[in-house]
Amino acid sequence: MILPLAVVPEFVDAFRYVFVGGESVTGGLQVGGPALIPYLVNHLVLSFVSVAVAVLIAVPLGLYLGHTRRAEFLAVNITNAGRAIPPLALIGFFIAYIGVGFDAFGLVLVLLAIPPILTSTYVATTQIEPDTVDAARGMGLTEGQILRRVEFPLGLPTTFSGIRIATVAVVATATIAPFASVDTLGVPILSPNVHGPAGQLGAAVLVAILTLVISAGLGAVQQAITPRGLKTVAPERRRGLFATLRRRTQTT
Amino acid sequence: MNASDPAQTSTASPAGRQAATLELRDVVKLYPGQEEPAVDHLSLEVPAGEICVLVGPSGCGKTTAMRMVNRMVEITDGDILVGGQSVTDRTPYELRREIGYVIQQVGLFPHLTIADNIATVPKLLGWDRDRIAARVEELLQLVQLDPEQTRDRYPAQLSGGQRQRIGVARALATDPPLMLMDEPFGAIDPINRERLQNEFLRLQVELRKTIVFVTHDIDEAIKMGDRIAILKQGGRLAQYAEPAELLMNPADEFVKDFVGNDRALKRLALQRVRDIDLWQAPMVRKGETTASVRQKLEKADVKIPLLVDEDGCPIGWLSDRAYAGEEVKADLRSRAEPTVEMDDILRDALADLLGSELQYGVVVDEQGRATGVLSIELVGQGVHGVAPARTGADALAT
Repeated sequence: MILPLAVVPEFVDAFRYVFVGGESVTGGLQVGGPALIPYLVNHLVLSFVSVAVAVLIAVPLGLYLGHTRRAEFLAVNITNAGRAIPPLALIGFFIAYIGVGFDAFGLVLVLLAIPPILTSTYVATTQIEPDTVDAARGMGLTEGQILRRVEFPLGLPTTFSGIRIATVAVVATATIAPFASVDTLGVPILSPNVHGPAGQLGAAVLVAILTLVISAGLGAVQQAITPRGLKTVAPERRRGLFATLRRRTQTT
Repeated sequence: MNASDPAQTSTASPAGRQAATLELRDVVKLYPGQEEPAVDHLSLEVPAGEICVLVGPSGCGKTTAMRMVNRMVEITDGDILVGGQSVTDRTPYELRREIGYVIQQVGLFPHLTIADNIATVPKLLGWDRDRIAARVEELLQLVQLDPEQTRDRYPAQLSGGQRQRIGVARALATDPPLMLMDEPFGAIDPINRERLQNEFLRLQVELRKTIVFVTHDIDEAIKMGDRIAILKQGGRLAQYAEPAELLMNPADEFVKDFVGNDRALKRLALQRVRDIDLWQAPMVRKGETTASVRQKLEKADVKIPLLVDEDGCPIGWLSDRAYAGEEVKADLRSRAEPTVEMDDILRDALADLLGSELQYGVVVDEQGRATGVLSIELVGQGVHGVAPARTGADALAT
């Protein structure tokens, strides 16, 4: 898909930067190629830690709010509020008041990741058939057991789609981490005077591919964690092209 | 009473538990912010092992009344006693685990297999795996599903009727002394509903659970109930009686309207052919002498001889010519159709009779042997006669 671009001269340089590396524009510094690996590792660690923290906060909170049907307005609208604040503005704010570094920028990413996870978890929990929860309660499950054994597993696919969206946003946004002195794959993009236009383009392509791969990977995980009983839908309920396509991909 | 001993309902061992009595004492439910109570001073007693049907128009508080028993809805005033013990003495979770709960939409857990669904409460109570597996197997057989084929499937793979069977099996998992059923067959097509009702009544003969059964369908109430509580708007009890009593002596205009103008016809559903004092027809076999036929004819209620085979199974009604000579010939005026079984309800038997030419139905026993004759006249007498005694679900068992 990307290979045909290799004939464009700019991309030839970009690919050479990513896969081979070379001397920096300013000279005396080895950039690109193997030198990108620490950036990549940093990028992934920063993204993973941020999403993990966001999940630990947003999933239990979303489950609780969904279970008790509290704060519906907050849970649903927090996403929009989150979108309205650009990460760049947050970073400016954080650098000014909290400081720079891994923790400070991680916090920005956590704040970015919470809204989609919170909303999807809330929606997942409230969309479960009321009869299922009523039956669970009527049989004597405690509220905690209803949350853990019924609402969480049934909402998991929807919750996970929120985690996937958040992860993609975090991986993409981690590119601007160098503003807060965290060296991620954004370094070549934000420092063209060192890495040159080839580095800028190469790193941008690399981040794009990384995002796509992670998104696809999480999509596969989402399939894998969807409870089997939710995938096995009675034949009469499957109709139309979309359902047919889905059935093909879901055949176990 | 044994069943009202509180120790009975709180024993750890649920195997073969006795049914519990249920008593509602002046129960009131007033939802906050509402002026009219949803349930208004409702008192009724359900003896152990009986089905009490709560029936009434929508908004009459029947479901609310039922849900107060396992504290899904909290009581505002009054008290509910299960096996002599107030439901408010116990935590809702403990209480609910001892009360079977079946709802219209079943509410199976879609992410769990059928076996895991049934095992829900046993798992909560910490049964060991072998005991759970054995119980699941037993319950699936009880509700007439093949354990091998059903155990590992998911709810989405079953039909509505099968799902409701699983719902019943799940509610029975720990052999609870009391069961609550909220329109359990309401979402099922009429043919399967009838089958499930009959199956459930058959089960009840063995299980003898105390059951609170909510429905809006008076026919279902009459069919399922040992006792029926008719509620009217505002959660007030209009009448609490056995079905026959309700049909013969409705307490007021509301009950009369609710049970409908065809009360007499509905009573036909309460009686069975075996409750009727049947007529005897002269039963003759091929080759019998005409003299013996004439002798039998004199004593018989029905003045037409019935030809039977060697086993006593009916073949047909003889024509006059058949016994004009020395010996009986197989000259039939009509075949012995329809035949009616002892366990048929009078409504079905009457329908068969109306369809036949002679308007006589030959009553046969389990082996298909003729035991008597049912006529439309007899059905009419049956309806006006004394209501048959109904002991528990026995009379309904087929």
